[in-house]
Amino acid sequence: MEMYRSHVMICKGTGCTSSNSEQIAKNFEEEIKKNGLEGEIVVERTGCFGLCALGPVVIIYPEASFYSMVKPEDVEEIVKEHLVKGRVVKRLLYAGSVEENKIKAIEDVQFYKKQVRVALRNCGVINPENIDEYIAFDGYKALEKVLTQMTPPEVIDTVKKSGLRGRGGAGFPTGMKWDFAARSQNDQKYVLCNADEGDPGAFMDRSVLEGDPHSVVEAMIIAGFAIGASQGYIYCRAEYPIAVKRLGIAIGQAREYGLLGENIMGTGFKFDLQVRLGAGAFVCGEETALMASIEGKRGMPRPRPPFPANKGLFEKPTILNNVETYANIPQIFNKGPEWFASMGTEKSKGTKVFALGGKINNTGLVEIPMGTTMREVIYDIGGGCPNGKKFKAAQTGGPSGGCIPASEIDVPIDYENLAAKGSIMGSGGLIVMDEDNCMVDIARFFMDFIVDESCGKCTPCREGTKRMLEILDRITQGKGEEGDIEKLENLAKNIKNSALCGLGQTAPNPVLSTINYFRDEYDAHIKEKRCPAGVCKALLNYTILEDKCKGCGICAKNCPSSAISGQPKSPYKIDSSKCVKCGVCAQKCPFKAIVKK
Amino acid sequence: MKTIQELEEIRKKTLDTINIRKDRSGTRIVVGMATCGIAAGARPVLLSIIDEVKKHDLADVVVAQTGCIGMCRLEPIVEVYKPGEEKVTYIKVNASKAIRIVNEHIMQGKVVDEYTVGAVEK
Repeated sequence: MEMYRSHVMICKGTGCTSSNSEQIAKNFEEEIKKNGLEGEIVVERTGCFGLCALGPVVIIYPEASFYSMVKPEDVEEIVKEHLVKGRVVKRLLYAGSVEENKIKAIEDVQFYKKQVRVALRNCGVINPENIDEYIAFDGYKALEKVLTQMTPPEVIDTVKKSGLRGRGGAGFPTGMKWDFAARSQNDQKYVLCNADEGDPGAFMDRSVLEGDPHSVVEAMIIAGFAIGASQGYIYCRAEYPIAVKRLGIAIGQAREYGLLGENIMGTGFKFDLQVRLGAGAFVCGEETALMASIEGKRGMPRPRPPFPANKGLFEKPTILNNVETYANIPQIFNKGPEWFASMGTEKSKGTKVFALGGKINNTGLVEIPMGTTMREVIYDIGGGCPNGKKFKAAQTGGPSGGCIPASEIDVPIDYENLAAKGSIMGSGGLIVMDEDNCMVDIARFFMDFIVDESCGKCTPCREGTKRMLEILDRITQGKGEEGDIEKLENLAKNIKNSALCGLGQTAPNPVLSTINYFRDEYDAHIKEKRCPAGVCKALLNYTILEDKCKGCGICAKNCPSSAISGQPKSPYKIDSSKCVKCGVCAQKCPFKAIVKK
Repeated sequence: MKTIQELEEIRKKTLDTINIRKDRSGTRIVVGMATCGIAAGARPVLLSIIDEVKKHDLADVVVAQTGCIGMCRLEPIVEVYKPGEEKVTYIKVNASKAIRIVNEHIMQGKVVDEYTVGAVEK
């Protein structure tokens, strides 16, 4: 038996890797060797722990010491003090784990206290490139149970009982989807995994694929058994090289152990998996466009019916599920559907992973039971907005979603509640905004993204979103007109009713949501040509404060458009019609007398 | 190609190695590794404990170090925490005594009284 008295877990998710965690890992290996400790201590490269704002993260067991913002130069000290002498290096510990000089366990730290890690259970705890470690923590036990003790209808029934709903955003009941495909008669069926994750700022799926790829592999084999499919594809965006690499390794190892291929576990069931790469199109996260892409065609959606469960990939019955949906499946079989259904709310069972981004202290990945309020996520787990700024709104669902303003912050997070507030659950991207964000600019940002990503097939999306963007551009540039809001609402209604796919149908959501909750900002932009948050450059006026101005003339000398005039020793003035808003005057003023508002 | 039986064996074997990351409820063997401990020879004690645990394939055993326990003249000190039992403190431990402690106390549940701090006080 291999016995290591200490395990050094180093995060090698994309976030920490780009902060040089590979060098940290190499330094640990070198220092451990130098001190003669190789036989006693193992260094493991793992997946994402979730507290990304404080990466690179290193956790050392058995003490479970949570080191944050570790630098390669710190490694020597950690090895000498902690690994050789058993003295935890307090200055490098995550501040949240040290209270009154006592070190708290990770589970009790504010960031993790309210989290329940189901989909992320193995991330940070195992080496994702080692199938044995996945197996150790009950990996492939669910598959064994399914193949040797259950029938396909029983499997589907279990998923239905759990109440699992699609985690990709739409929240369609997973058991029902599998049931439809199981009932379709055909000689070939397909199991697909949507690992395209196109929402800006979302990285939930990435972390699962990088930290626990086998959970997806196992789930897809179970799905194949349930619907009667023998082939599966994981469609992963090419912008996730680490995820793609680890998926490849996982599939290879599963094949080696006979968990993929012919006669799995000696039961006669056969199933195999391949990875297909996306090429950067947001629309390829849409079900039918994704299938077109796998078929080698341009990623464009098609009308439904026929639904994929009847006629999908290569015209065969197909199920497509999100990475996070699959990540929950093995546990549902290991711990039972009742266990899963015991978490969450009446119609939204289980947990959801959120990628917290934007103006929040604890940027990173969190997994919470459905029903947790937005307030708990933003303040208790997220640590609130940095620099003491006031929370304004949280955007859920990316370009397809809406915002939850501060007035609605006590909304319990689940599919129905978020929809009732004009947003959607989405895949889990949660962008936090504070008083310095302009909601019109946010709406414009998402619409700009949509216009870029529209495939162009249907007129409502191709032409409609562009017109909406033009209006938003005008508004943010100070050229808004009376009636613009009504035009936006009209366009929105028509696009939602007639666009061919989800991309177009949900594109107007950010605009509608911001108009609903922040109409005053739109009015200020249009009627007063003013941006209350101070973001839209074209609406900012640089002004010289008379009481601070000493009349030195430095600003006028440096102005590239000769917009400043005045007499020495008396306050100067800026002509806003000539001002190009470059900001040089404000920079050069020695008395800080020039402000933009 | 692995049979279900072989997978179960892999599961058990690997779990023994990495369970230290999840489960905190097993036996803890703590070796004092402050300056006093190291000077008195705690490293060979630590290594021989690890070797014995490895040799006998003991599951659910965590071997950790700690700082100065306080009774510096009695180093090397080894403390054993077994779930549900009172902590036992062994003093003036050396490599061979450590082997006996693992075999009798950890594996058979018999505290080696003569090595404990209580015995010295008499």
